[in-house]
Amino acid sequence: MHFDAANLIPILPEITLLITASLVLMVDLYLKEHEKGLNHTLTLIGIAIAIVLTGAVGGGEPQVFFDGNLIRDDISDLLKGAILIVSLLAFVYVRAWLQDRGMLVGEFYVLGLFAILGMLIMVSANSFLPLYLGLELQALSLYALVAFDRDSKKGAEAAMKYFVLGALGSGMLLYGVSMIYGATGSIEFAPVAQAVAEQGMSNKVLVFGIAFLVIGIGFKFGAVPFHMWVPDIYEGAPTPSVLILGSAPKIAAFALAIRMLVDGLGSLHPDWHQMLVILAVLSMGLGNLVAIAQSNIKRMLAYSTISHVGFIFLGLLAGSEQGYASAMFYSIVYAVMAAGAFGILLILSREGFDAERLEDLKGLNDRDAWYAAMMALVMFSMAGVPPTVGFMAKLLVLEAVVRVDMVWLALVAVFFSIIGAFYYLRVVKFIYFDKPADDAPLLVTTGGVRVAMSINGLVLLALGVFPAALLTLCQDAFA
Amino acid sequence: MGFEKFLFYVFALITLWAAGMVITRKNPVHSVLFLVLAFVSSAALWLLLEAEFLGIVLVLVYVGAVMVLFLFVIMMLDIDIATLRAGFIRYLPIGILITAVMAVEIFLIVGPSNFGLEAFPAPEPAAADASNAADLGRVLYTLYLYPVEIAAVILLVAIVAAIRLTLRRRPETKFVDPSRQVRVKKGPRRIRLVKMAAEVAVPAAVSSAQPGVEENS
Repeated sequence: MHFDAANLIPILPEITLLITASLVLMVDLYLKEHEKGLNHTLTLIGIAIAIVLTGAVGGGEPQVFFDGNLIRDDISDLLKGAILIVSLLAFVYVRAWLQDRGMLVGEFYVLGLFAILGMLIMVSANSFLPLYLGLELQALSLYALVAFDRDSKKGAEAAMKYFVLGALGSGMLLYGVSMIYGATGSIEFAPVAQAVAEQGMSNKVLVFGIAFLVIGIGFKFGAVPFHMWVPDIYEGAPTPSVLILGSAPKIAAFALAIRMLVDGLGSLHPDWHQMLVILAVLSMGLGNLVAIAQSNIKRMLAYSTISHVGFIFLGLLAGSEQGYASAMFYSIVYAVMAAGAFGILLILSREGFDAERLEDLKGLNDRDAWYAAMMALVMFSMAGVPPTVGFMAKLLVLEAVVRVDMVWLALVAVFFSIIGAFYYLRVVKFIYFDKPADDAPLLVTTGGVRVAMSINGLVLLALGVFPAALLTLCQDAFA
Repeated sequence: MGFEKFLFYVFALITLWAAGMVITRKNPVHSVLFLVLAFVSSAALWLLLEAEFLGIVLVLVYVGAVMVLFLFVIMMLDIDIATLRAGFIRYLPIGILITAVMAVEIFLIVGPSNFGLEAFPAPEPAAADASNAADLGRVLYTLYLYPVEIAAVILLVAIVAAIRLTLRRRPETKFVDPSRQVRVKKGPRRIRLVKMAAEVAVPAAVSSAQPGVEENS
């Protein structure tokens, strides 16, 4: 058997990340306490090179590599780019927080890079095996990141919960995959799709397997009723870990759903459609209603995540190319919004103080008007207020649902997002109309953080006014 | 064929029984031992499937290494069984309900109707000189090269995560530095001869000086 070196070209971004992670791991050993910033610089350079390489190797017809284990198509190009850019923003925000708490060590960056590597592998998987391995690589790194603050009891508890429920979700997923393998005789998506098309709808084993796959996807997305872990982990984990865990992995989870349900089992859409409807309605309902009652902003954002997942499912369950494209648009936009929201929480934190309560945002406008404006943009976007991109994302998803004659579902979604607007706008009210606490100092940040946050916030506005830039990319991916 | 079938049922029943005992025993050490039994009998099932290499690896790696380590950990930990069992009775009904529903569904689906011999005819027995390990190695590093590499990265992450979560600097711990021990060389620098003044405590004692010997490492 002959190995073709051309196989390595499409995974150049992954190879770059792996080399960067290994390099940081080794360089970190020789760095003195005050030189640890070099880890940060190396990581950012590595991710930037990976972004460039993703652009360089991307484009063109879909191609399969590594004997059917890897695929490079428009979906993988776009999602890889989005994951890397969001992660780059996330890594810029976390530095000051880590430094203040003496946690600016190489391991944080190494684990973060491995998590991103896992996501990239998931996005470009062409068979259940690499998809699952990528998922585990990402999850294992995230478990460790949640427990990163070793002296925090809450962090350890959150990591334990995440680990046990994550393992349960993975077990469900694997059981579903074993059923699909039993019914179709393959773990590669194209042969699975072919076998499903030949067998038709009669096979109960496939439907049984899909039920477990959807449960696994639900766990990984954090959709109701598999959402129990989300609020506790968001609250207990250190904020930088939540930032990494709450932003780009949503894009990877979207890829997980697309690869399995659409690439592999697309012709069984009527079967998984119903399951997703249940998950979507419950997620939007419970997420938005419970978020209102939260006083901890990290918990509030956790429930807001759950409600946004409902919207992503809306696009998926429509089952049309337009629906998939709108769900893709939504998940990328959501990842950018989440990065912005947790980035602001990191900026608000200082040595010995973590911004966790809603009251900590009071009077942000008096402390730093620019960051206040950015946070307001993020909140407006999450609530879906025009002209921000959150509105466009919601509109596209709803349009896709209406096009497949599910008007009632669109009405439910609109109803719950109106309820949800309340708690996002309450944050804006805290920022602009309340006085800051007496001991709240002015915000001090580095220039890099300010530039990154400005880009993050303004992108939400720019994409809202000119959505075509990203939307055409999403639509081309499924055309 | 008859004897093989008999063996299958024997080992399958042992596996199920042991798995049930794992979750019902009060003492965690007993649970671990039953888990070992479950692994051994599943290894026997794999042998019946002609997956000899995997069966032996399961015994060597899981039973021989992983579970023994696990047993040590369980014995070292101070586990309060009472708190572990708290709520067991309270959650038992709903647990049994979910288990029953799942079991019925699985029996209905994974039964002879879907996975019978008509749908999946029995495979030809492998030739006597077929090598399990060679076949596995051949596909592992060709067809499945990419997944194997990812699995390697996962192991690296496990190492990094475990070290990060457990390694702490404790200045008060006493330890021997092996690298310094190894570096010790024969020669004048290893033993230091110290000249000391003769002690004259008792007039009748021997007055020769005792050389003080000091280890360097």
